[in-house]
Amino acid sequence: MELTDKIFKFFGGIKPNGHKAISTINPIKRLPIPKKLIIPVRQHVGKVPNIKVSVGDKVLKGQILAEPIANISAATHSSSSGTVVAIESNKIPHPSGLPDICIAIETDGKDEWIKRNRIDPSNLSSEALYEKMKSSGIVGLGGATFPTHIKLNSNKIKTLIVNAAECEPYITCDDMAMQEKTKEFIEGIQITMDILKIPHAIIGIEDNKPKAIEKLKTVLNKSKNISIKVVPTVYPSGDEKRLIYLMLGLKISKEKRPVDFGIQVFNVATLISIGRFFYHSEPVISRIVTVTGALKRPNNYEALIGTPIQELIKDAGGKSDQEIIMGGPMMGFKLPHTDVSVTKAMNCLLAITDEMKSKDTFEMPCIRCTKCVEVCPAQLQPQELYWHAKSKQFEKLTEDYKLFDCIECGCCSYVCPSNIPLVQYYRYAKSEIRDQLKSSEVADIARERNEFRLYRLEREKKERAERNAQRRAQTSDSDKKKLIEEKKAAIAEAMKRIEEKEK
Amino acid sequence: MAMIDSPAIKERSTVNMIMFTVILGLLPALFLQIGFFGYQILGNLFFGIGFALFLEAVCLKLRNYPIRPFILDGSAFVTAWLLIISVPANIPIWTLLIGIFFSIVVAKHAYGGIGSNPFNPAMIGYAVLLISFPKIMTNWPISDGFEIRNFIQFSQFFSISNINEAYDAIVSATPLDQIKTSLFLGKEVDVLPISFSTLSSYQMIAILYFLGGLFLVYKKVITWHLPLSLILSVYIFSGLLHLYDQNTYMSPTFHLLNGATFLAAFFIITDPVSSPTTLKGKIIFGILIGLITVIIRNYGGYPDGIAFAVIFMNICVPLIEKFTQPKVFGYE
Repeated sequence: MELTDKIFKFFGGIKPNGHKAISTINPIKRLPIPKKLIIPVRQHVGKVPNIKVSVGDKVLKGQILAEPIANISAATHSSSSGTVVAIESNKIPHPSGLPDICIAIETDGKDEWIKRNRIDPSNLSSEALYEKMKSSGIVGLGGATFPTHIKLNSNKIKTLIVNAAECEPYITCDDMAMQEKTKEFIEGIQITMDILKIPHAIIGIEDNKPKAIEKLKTVLNKSKNISIKVVPTVYPSGDEKRLIYLMLGLKISKEKRPVDFGIQVFNVATLISIGRFFYHSEPVISRIVTVTGALKRPNNYEALIGTPIQELIKDAGGKSDQEIIMGGPMMGFKLPHTDVSVTKAMNCLLAITDEMKSKDTFEMPCIRCTKCVEVCPAQLQPQELYWHAKSKQFEKLTEDYKLFDCIECGCCSYVCPSNIPLVQYYRYAKSEIRDQLKSSEVADIARERNEFRLYRLEREKKERAERNAQRRAQTSDSDKKKLIEEKKAAIAEAMKRIEEKEK
Repeated sequence: MAMIDSPAIKERSTVNMIMFTVILGLLPALFLQIGFFGYQILGNLFFGIGFALFLEAVCLKLRNYPIRPFILDGSAFVTAWLLIISVPANIPIWTLLIGIFFSIVVAKHAYGGIGSNPFNPAMIGYAVLLISFPKIMTNWPISDGFEIRNFIQFSQFFSISNINEAYDAIVSATPLDQIKTSLFLGKEVDVLPISFSTLSSYQMIAILYFLGGLFLVYKKVITWHLPLSLILSVYIFSGLLHLYDQNTYMSPTFHLLNGATFLAAFFIITDPVSSPTTLKGKIIFGILIGLITVIIRNYGGYPDGIAFAVIFMNICVPLIEKFTQPKVFGYE
């Protein structure tokens, strides 16, 4: 891949008010260790890990609570020392509002670490490294929470892109992390490059973060293998494929993954975690959360995983009954319950503002004004997607209009003068299509079985017929005569018996 | 509890804001029209739009739609306005109301209301009137020039023409019509060189439609694709004919300044519902409307063919869209 200084501006996108300054006034804050940590066992995409502790166990900070059982899975660790007091179903920050298994730990306030050693990836075989990473609990901390060890287990990577765009309004956790944890960030990039055995990395960062850019430029002054590309502030430049295009001028559709082009993208927070894991043997036990919106003192917090979010909201000057969005205002979702705890995916807690509450929601018919087309970064036809989703023409949606290339960034809904909740229509259509696909797969299996059964019966019938024919062919003429004679004799005998009886 | 769907934030844009901007773009031309012809046009707008809103409310009620948000979207307002400025100002009011009825009830609500009408409602109303009342529709009032006193003769507001007045009033055919007649009679046409001093009242109004249209492009209510392709298309096709025979075919500048070329380019064919959504489609749509207009103007039975060209091309929109779907990100 040619590396150039050129920025490849992608089509569409929007420029909403950033509201980022409000949460960057003060440095990242740490709260005292909470009395109780509620740690969901699964905080990643993939299989539920196997719980390794039981109620009453003493646990140390950084100790594994649950171990991955499959490749696509990740470990969960204790964020402080204390006692396991419950392993039970609990509320978790998920749009469905459904509970999941959580481990509750009563902290002892000592914050005692397990024994830690520095891990040198150069001394490890790739298998050992993979296993080590699997136990790190590191997942995509930008919010996708895909297990990171899988993304690092590739020898096809040539370019590492650091996603420091942070394009969602309000969110500033990566910005603040780059400013305050610059060294750890660079270490993380360096070690990731070592693991992937590649010489170069590019940091993609939006130009609304001048302090972070300046800090990085001074630190990276002499570095030739890590470069910075400052990109214009256009939402959604932080979308993986949009960022790749901005950096390299390469457009990747839904049908391909960045790995197919030798590109891997990591988020700032993820890289810091990778650095911490190898330099300090520290698994993911905390993350930086932006707590912002309609609060008195918006701020960034380095919060232990499992910290009740109410502690953060209270410290930021909020009330316990405030409605909270997890994530940014564009792609985040409203928390069904606000008595949940911090998870690995939680990059932002956004207290809903009056502006958001007063949003006009009366849905008018689409007038085909194509404002949505002008902003769609995937270059889709949102008004056609809407039309076909509404009329359930699913085949057209996937084949002609590439519904699954939609990244649900919400630009179309943001500009729609008819207030149509377009993203919700697309999510509905996507889940319907997935369901149909699943049920048609089940039907396919049943059909295949039935076809095989019919084939088998047919085959058996044929085999039987062949066997009979063979037998008939093998018996000679004399044998046949003998057989006929015997049968005739038997019949004659039977006739005789009947005659005798009648007499 | 407020329903918060993602995204939680939204740009301040509504359908009625779009419609309001369209009206703003039309206001300068209205001002000029009053200066030239008096308040009659205002009376038409008042009664015509009032009737349109009444019909809109009745239709919404019959179709079980909430009346308030749909009346306030401004679409019926704009439709009626566009129809009224497309017809002669001295039109008898009952004729105008028939046109409004066809625009709102038949072309719009019978097809499913806002967003579902395949044809441009204002042009349907116009075409019905032109076919049914050709004489009324081709007799335009003559102006004595831009008069300040036209702004103080309020009585004109209520001067509703009846059918006889429409014929008795000082009226004339449009330049497009005159040309057509002379051509039919086999006469050669005198072409006045067009300069500012020779601009007729209608040509000046057309220029204000052009400027108002640029305002819409500036406000991003419309993109340049539709107006530019229509204007260039009319200019090029009429230019080719003019080059072929200067005595029979008028100059391209004449075609731009007369008839509804600029009004249609910026305000009529840009109706989003009945025009293509793809950029390539918009360009094709504009070019073909221009071509058909030039053909009707020069060879057809009507002096100005834009309304028919628009309606004809409305039918072709699904086809145009089918063949002009742009490539999705990553599939180019």
